[in-house]
Amino acid sequence: MYKIGIPRSLFYYRFASFWECFFSALGAEIIVSDRTNKRILDDGVKNCVDEACLPIKLFYGHVLNLRDKVDYILVPRFTSISGNEYICPEFGGLPDMIRHTLKGLPGLIDTEINMRKSARGGLKAAIEMGEMLGVDKRRTVKAYQLASGNFRKDHFYKEFRKTVLQGEDRFPAGSEKGGHCPREIGGYSEATSRKAENCPHPASQKGEKCPRPESQKGEKCPHPASRKGEKCPRGKRLCVGVIGHPYNVYDRYISMDLLRKLTDHGVDVRTIEAVEEVDINRQASTLPKPMFWNHGRMAYGAALHMAERGEVEGFICLSSFGCGIDSFVNDLIERHIRRRYGIPFITMTIDEHSGEAGFNTRLEAFVDMLKWRRQNEDYISASG
Amino acid sequence: MKITFPHLGNTYICVKSILDDIGADYVIPPFNNKKALELGTRYSPEMVCLPLKINIGNYIQAYGMGADTIIMAGGCGPCRFGYYSQLHREILKDAGFDMEVITLEGTDIKDLVSRIRKIVPGTSKMMRLPSILLRAVQIAKRTDEVEMLAFRTRAREWECGATDRVYNGFRRKALETRGTRNILKLLDETEARLRSIPLDSYADPLKIGIVGEIYTGIEHFASFGIQHRLGRLGVEADRKVTVSNWIIEHMIKKPLHLPRDMEYAKAAKPWLGAMIGGHAQETIGNTAIYAKNGYDGVIQIFPFSCMPEIVAESLLPSVGRDLDIPVLTLIIDEMTGEAGYMTRVEAFVDMLERRRESRKHEKGKLLSWNRCGFSQYEPGRH
Repeated sequence: MYKIGIPRSLFYYRFASFWECFFSALGAEIIVSDRTNKRILDDGVKNCVDEACLPIKLFYGHVLNLRDKVDYILVPRFTSISGNEYICPEFGGLPDMIRHTLKGLPGLIDTEINMRKSARGGLKAAIEMGEMLGVDKRRTVKAYQLASGNFRKDHFYKEFRKTVLQGEDRFPAGSEKGGHCPREIGGYSEATSRKAENCPHPASQKGEKCPRPESQKGEKCPHPASRKGEKCPRGKRLCVGVIGHPYNVYDRYISMDLLRKLTDHGVDVRTIEAVEEVDINRQASTLPKPMFWNHGRMAYGAALHMAERGEVEGFICLSSFGCGIDSFVNDLIERHIRRRYGIPFITMTIDEHSGEAGFNTRLEAFVDMLKWRRQNEDYISASG
Repeated sequence: MKITFPHLGNTYICVKSILDDIGADYVIPPFNNKKALELGTRYSPEMVCLPLKINIGNYIQAYGMGADTIIMAGGCGPCRFGYYSQLHREILKDAGFDMEVITLEGTDIKDLVSRIRKIVPGTSKMMRLPSILLRAVQIAKRTDEVEMLAFRTRAREWECGATDRVYNGFRRKALETRGTRNILKLLDETEARLRSIPLDSYADPLKIGIVGEIYTGIEHFASFGIQHRLGRLGVEADRKVTVSNWIIEHMIKKPLHLPRDMEYAKAAKPWLGAMIGGHAQETIGNTAIYAKNGYDGVIQIFPFSCMPEIVAESLLPSVGRDLDIPVLTLIIDEMTGEAGYMTRVEAFVDMLERRRESRKHEKGKLLSWNRCGFSQYEPGRH
């Protein structure tokens, strides 16, 4: 039995459960690289060209982390995963970049995955991968069907969405399925189990009462409406939308643990994954020209949907320095949201030498601003 | 309606002659300049690529000259260029410049025709459009030929600056010449004048291929006039990515599904196995072709954060190693300082000269006490 290494990076955050199911059905042992740490980041930065964006550098680090442990490393050429859309030129050239920069690598599974013209591209890629591993075609097809069936049913996002939308604890502890739980992807399940133990506001777990610290202490909810004895119309807790690539947002190390920090500030989080595909597409179709990047469509649609429903009071765009797609998409989102909804918006850029203190300061300032805004929105100082 | 369009090297000659022939009202923004870049940088998002910023500068300067409609090419990814026109529209709107952006792209023929109708006044003009466009394609092709001829003569001219005089004069005169037919005449004249420049027939200039992103490769301002500067250093530059090539391959052959010239794709295959957008495949393929054609070196040039070229950049060292050709990568953004940039180019050229000299000696098995030779100090060259 051979070992296949999957770098815990880039599209692992979307297809983890699929790949694991598919390759185990092919009879391979799966080894996932370690969670991102300083060593992985440093290795990646050292070996990659300076101009590449942070996630690509990180991918190098994860490949190096797997180099001596496995027989094959999964580095597919992701051209497209959805109709008429691309991912990013750097994703498309990734296997070539890896092969020509890193030395002493085991075999690379560098099949092209192109579902731009038709969704059958996925099956085609799977068969090619099977051939590469010397697996019978029929078995590959079966494995593919099993994996995609499971993927559709037991979708990381579906679970995620459910928990987010029900206002439950966002990062549920443990996994009931056993094995590698996809929800552990960014290491968040560990974080939440800790959080669940010493969560200061018991109500926050039930999501019933206004769980903000003030109301717990018996103070009044500071929102003007609730002062008049009505129910707080904004829901209970402050909620922000976090827009960004899943491989940035859910990687605890490079996102500087943004989601956790927000939770610690008593802020609810909505990510792109919390929005249904239908709603995303409805919003994205309002663009005069459809976006040809998968992430672009998702980010734009999700952000605009959140803004339209009025469920978030602020947006944090987590972008990696040098990301070409973010530079366009975030700007477009920002302009449209400012123009139509006037919701506060901040872009947090991460790169390999982000200082955490500066990051924290900006985040705290943003959250404070949102809180003050909620408190004093209708208050105009008499003294000018 | 007053039309304008962004600058890209000599494209203005082609576009302007079409607009002359169909009788549209237009203004050409001033040639790319510092002010345009400053304006563009002020209004554009920080992390977008340089061409978008310069385009915005062009539009704003043209707006000051009365333009209210922009024509712009489009695309369908994955390179960011395909979404340029959309972002242009948003930026101009927020900045308070009331301009319409018309994107000419072949995704939907019906849509395209209706967009063209917006620009072309009257049916009789519309009927003449095909013949005008045919001549325009010819102009694009001839303009690029003239530019390439200028590259060759510049490296060999006896009198320093003779080529630049003719070439810059041509660019200025093209602004005043109206209509496709007159432009073609002007091109003939220019070519004749370029050919009559006295050349040093013994000169054996270094040959450097320019690869990389199309805008920075073609646009004189964005690359600090690298091809001119190389010429003045006595180096013959060449560039395979040209506007006419792009028009013929991407705007004519691709939508009509005609067989395209894919030599570069074949050449790029060992290093880059697929089309990943932008000009990455051309960059790799052309580098390999230059190496096989005996060029002395290759300069890759691209704007900061250009995604396809970053992939190419990380592959070029192995192409250079495998085919034994030196490669210099230059990355341009609005902060790039000209002096540092030129120092690198000059150092690269010096290195290539020495490399060639030492190889000549090795090949001829000559025992020379002066391995540097004097060829680099020829008169009239610097």
